Amino acid sequence: MNSNILSLDKISKKYGEKTVLKPLTLDIASGECITVFGPNGAGKSTLLKLLSQQTKPSSGAILYKGSKIKDLKEAYRAKLGVISHQPFLYEGLSAFENLQFYASLYGVDNPARRASELLTRVEMNKRMHDPVRTYSRGMLQRTSIARALLQNPEIIFLDEPYTGLDRHASHVLTGILKEQIEQKTTILLVTHDLSLGYSLASRLLIMSKGEMAYWGEKTVADSDFEGFYLSMVDNG
Amino acid sequence: MAKNNILKDTIAIIRKDVMLEFHTREVISSMLVFALLVVVVFSFIFEPGEHEQQRIAGGVYWMALVFSGLLGLGKSMLSETSGGNLEALLLTPTSRNAIFLGKVFSNLIFMFALQAVMLPLFVILYEVNLLSDPMMLAVIAATTYGFVLLGTLFSLIASRTRTREIMLPLLLLPVLVPILLAAIQATNAMVAMSPLEDYIKWIRLIVVFDIIFTAISLVVFDPVVEE
Repeated sequence: MNSNILSLDKISKKYGEKTVLKPLTLDIASGECITVFGPNGAGKSTLLKLLSQQTKPSSGAILYKGSKIKDLKEAYRAKLGVISHQPFLYEGLSAFENLQFYASLYGVDNPARRASELLTRVEMNKRMHDPVRTYSRGMLQRTSIARALLQNPEIIFLDEPYTGLDRHASHVLTGILKEQIEQKTTILLVTHDLSLGYSLASRLLIMSKGEMAYWGEKTVADSDFEGFYLSMVDNG
Repeated sequence: MAKNNILKDTIAIIRKDVMLEFHTREVISSMLVFALLVVVVFSFIFEPGEHEQQRIAGGVYWMALVFSGLLGLGKSMLSETSGGNLEALLLTPTSRNAIFLGKVFSNLIFMFALQAVMLPLFVILYEVNLLSDPMMLAVIAATTYGFVLLGTLFSLIASRTRTREIMLPLLLLPVLVPILLAAIQATNAMVAMSPLEDYIKWIRLIVVFDIIFTAISLVVFDPVVEE
């Protein structure tokens, strides 16, 4: 029995002549929290876009539990929760209306109850009927987190979710991530926050110049990770 | 967890768009102001009751509708592209066809709402009873559907370019020529109280256009949104 939830088989991505991701092969086991580090332009966001089917690979294949995701289509997308730089929310609707709408698309039973439950979890219950356009960056991101959890996803992709967050929103996000890790949700987290990303990770992926610079276990102490990361990026 | 189906998801998208419009009133109000301006300004060119006014009524009606519709389609797609909402929709397990049809039918509702206001005003200003022939309703429905169908598809393509405002009419209008020509001819024939045999060919053309482009749009929408 294959315990890998995701397998990347020599996937690469080119935009025109420019290669943004060189052939990458790795396996992710179910329930792992993988933190992806790397400087800007290293190919981290492209990797997440490929995994979430927002873009197609130029070569190679991505497998979900042994089946190609391009064949699974809707069935694979139903398993994913994605948190990106963008809020993925309609500004003219309230947080509650946004979540209720997305919950109905995910086929969630009783969308209104689920929306209300999650907005309370991210401490947005007091403002959940206000239009999203009136929210601060932190409130947007908290609502966005709630949206990503609507269908209890099996896999969560987070692309720099801490960018621009205030202390409160960061605290809420970290709490939710820890809960998801405990519940054995598979997580791929792209972040520039070395200490936070390192503390949450079960395994690390360091990328540099469109290729893998390091992939494996946490082998150094938390305090030494910055030096380790810089040496990997310099060698990459 | 309930299973996704195309009808349920299409209705959810229509409901969301109508709710969004109810809150913001961005699409219908901008279309309405523009359409009324065109209709009123063109009505000044002719003396009341002038025969020429009735001869061009069809052309003015459809041009007002197309240009205000372009404005509305652009605004409607903007709500999807801003904040990454289109990506979020594509990430859901909803079928691409449900997303496309949801957008088409919500735009269609907005266009019909526009015409519910524009049509009576047009009848008064141009002294033509567009609704004297019940076939006119069929022409309005079928032509508006064809326009919205292609408009939704092309507004999505245009939204991914830097010059989206100019790109939408540039892409859309040449493809719309057959259906617009047919709609104008059919409208003018009905205004002139011509018998059905005189304009049935135009109605057939509109229907065939709608069928062909519905099939094409459903096939090409998926590849268009993929990248």
